[in-house]
Formats: sequence, structure tokens, C-alpha cells
Amino acid sequence: MKAATAIAAAAPAVRSAADAARTSGATSVTPAKDGRSAAAGHAEQIWAWLGAVPDPEIPVISIVDLGIVRDVRVADDGACDVTITPTYSGCPAMQVIADAITEALHAHGVTTVRLHNQLSPAWTTDWMSDAGKAALRGYGIAPPAQQVIDISGLSAWPAGARSGSAALAAVSRRARSASAPTVACPHCGSTDTEITSQFGSTPCKALYKCLACREPFDYFKCH
Amino acid sequence: MDHKVNYLLRLGDNALILSQQLSQWCGKGPALEEDMALTNVALDLLGQTRMWYEYAAELEGAGRDEDALAYLRDAHEFKNCLLLEQPNGNYADTLVRQFFFDAWHYFLIEALTRSSDARIAAIAEKSLKEVTYHLRRSGDLMVRLGDGTEVSHARTQAAVNELWMYSGEVFAYDAVDEAMVAAGVAPVADELRAQWLAHVGEILAEATLTMPPADAWMQSGGKQGRHSEHLGYILAEMQFLQRAYPGAQW
Repeated sequence: MKAATAIAAAAPAVRSAADAARTSGATSVTPAKDGRSAAAGHAEQIWAWLGAVPDPEIPVISIVDLGIVRDVRVADDGACDVTITPTYSGCPAMQVIADAITEALHAHGVTTVRLHNQLSPAWTTDWMSDAGKAALRGYGIAPPAQQVIDISGLSAWPAGARSGSAALAAVSRRARSASAPTVACPHCGSTDTEITSQFGSTPCKALYKCLACREPFDYFKCH
Repeated sequence: MDHKVNYLLRLGDNALILSQQLSQWCGKGPALEEDMALTNVALDLLGQTRMWYEYAAELEGAGRDEDALAYLRDAHEFKNCLLLEQPNGNYADTLVRQFFFDAWHYFLIEALTRSSDARIAAIAEKSLKEVTYHLRRSGDLMVRLGDGTEVSHARTQAAVNELWMYSGEVFAYDAVDEAMVAAGVAPVADELRAQWLAHVGEILAEATLTMPPADAWMQSGGKQGRHSEHLGYILAEMQFLQRAYPGAQW
């Protein structure tokens, strides 16, 4: 509750800074009480606000926990630059997420929101927070394994072997051996599970079933 | 047209036409898992299309956006390879077309992550995990169908034989491709072709399928805008809304 109060109290400050900049044309920053620039303090608040924006497909996890938000900058005039990265190239949720970010920040009084799309480095499930993984599990979705289980089937190879015939043979060999990592059932915890389908209801998920409790479940793919 | 714009449009057109074709299976896949897989792959390819078109439109600077490129160009302006406009046919036809494409796409995208053009390298980096997943799946299914029942084996072999002559166009470089190679933007054809032949050969062998001769005569022309009649039908459906209601928005 305390955090929420602090955030709510801060909102008018953002708005008034922006208003002041607009009306006076001033570019200077009002220093915060602790001596840091207001912009730096505001960036932290904006991170907190974005942490309350749910993923539209999996609402138990926020876009920050998912690792989609890469950078937040607040300009002297109060305008906010948010850099996001797509999960999958064609994920239709990205447009909804972009709209949700703008809407959330507008609701908190940030009048100017600029969104930037960043492709590189490419999003990876390694950026998902532990809190996010726990939330997924509680929701019945097995969280992604860490990249020690290499989904590309490539990064474990020595760089020099990539174009050699050994590397080519490994594409298909690893394709079959690595396509189904050990995944614990989010319902009973058993690792006695098997893949039903490499693709699921959204680009980020695969379908699994638990051989111990017999429940089917979604697995958030390592990516 | 600028060589790089042309090259980007070829990448985008390949992805878009295949995505559109795969979307036709939505709700009609032979199994629920296959239905979801094809539509997911279609979605990945659509996302990649948008990244290529967005960059092409920026470089072109002619005021066209990604939608104009997708919906307002006629068949002769599309630069996709002929393989991708081949009909969906039966499931083996769709799958073999996918496998031939995925194998090339994977090795190409992997090489493009080292492109001298930073934007192309970033798009490739974003796409690499997706196309790897695609190749893994289509290779798996080739083995399952080829080394499956008598019927699945026969249909898959027939599809391999039928589509083989469309598999070489991606390696037939013209002035556009050569300019990209010279600029360090794109990889050389010979290396890609060797990788493709080795991988496809290995999967076909595992699938108990016979690989047609590598030096067989190959179709070409799609990259230069000379298409089969199939593309016209694909575009007629894909572009209908924007043609009938110009500027209509969702």
C-alpha cells in the first residue's frame, strides 16, 4: 500500500513538470529532494507503473517480469521514452502491449509517451524474472527452463564447427534429442512429462502432458 | 530500384507469400497440433515480413509503408521464389515445400546475423530462434511421414520429386544478390547451397526418401517478378479488402 501511495502522489509532479516545460519553454529539471534529477526519480516510478501492466495473453505476469521493457528514460520536459523488444516477430500481443503502456502512463499523468522497438539483442526467456516464473507456475503454465537447454541447437557448438559437416549432422541429431527438455508439471511437480505439440495457443507456448497426474499443461518455451 | 531495397523485398515477399499459404490451413489441419503449428509458423513469418518491409520502405523513401507493399503491388512486382507460390496440395506437398524453404531460410538467416548491415543483422538475430524451431519441426515431420506408412511415404516422395525443380531458385544469384554479397550484406550462394544439400540429404535419407539429383534443371524467375498463375490467385484473396475498400482499417 505504501508503494502505491507514493506512486499516486508522484503522478501530479510528472504532469506539472511537463506542464511547466510546455508553458514556460524551460528545459531545466526540478531537482528531487535527495539531490538526484527528477528525471531519474521519475524513471523509477515509471518502471513501477509498467510493472503493473499485465501481459495481455498471460495476465498473471507483467510486461516487466516478462522482460519486454528494456529501457525507460524521462526527458527534461517530462516526456517518457520506453524501449520495448518483441517476444516473437509476429506476436499479435505486441501492439496491445504498446497501447497498454501508453494508456497506463497517460493514466498516471505522463502526457508524452514515445515507444521504441528494439530488435537486438533479441528477447530471451532468460530475461524473465524469478517472480514472473513463479507466477506462471501458479497459473498452471510451466515456466521456461534456463538456456542450459539450448533451444537453437547451435550455441553449444564451437564457432568454427558451424559450417562443417559435423555441425550439419548435429542440427538434426540435436533437433530430436533437444526438442523436448525436462519440464516439471506445474500441477503436481513431477518431471515425468512429455511433449504433445511443439506449438500451442500462443507463439510462446508448447503443449505438454504430465504422465504422473495425467493433466495436460502449457509450457512457456525456452527462447 | 536500389539493390538493397530489392533484396529486402525478396526476403519479405518469400515470408509473406508462405505465411499467406500456411494461413489457408487454419481450421483445416489434419490434426489439431498441426493446425496450430502451421498457423504459428505463419505468424512468425508475417512478423518477419513486417520487419523486412518496414526497412525496405524506409530505404526506398517513396512514401510506401508495409501495408502498401503487401496489399498494393501487383503480381509482377512480387519477388518471392516460385517454390513458395506452389499450391498447398495435400499435407505432404505443404510439408515438403516448408522443409525445402526452412532449410534454406535457417542457413540464410544464420549467415545474415553477420551481415555488414546492422539493421539486417538485428532482424536476422530476432528471427533466428524462430526459423530454427521451424526447421526442427519440418525436418522431424519429414522423417515421420517419409518413414511412416506406405501412403505417407509415397505422397511425400511424390511431393519431393514434384517440388525439387523449385528448390534451386534461392541459390540462383543475379545482379541484386551479387551486389549484396559484394557489400558483405548477404552470404555467397555456394556455401548456402552446400549446407542446404547436406542437411536436406541427411533428413531425406533418414526419412527413407530418395533425393533427386542435385544438378537437376531448376525453375527460376520469381525473384525477377516472373511468376506462375498461382501467385495471382493468392494475391486476389490476400489483397481483396484493400483493393475493394482502399485505405480500410481494422
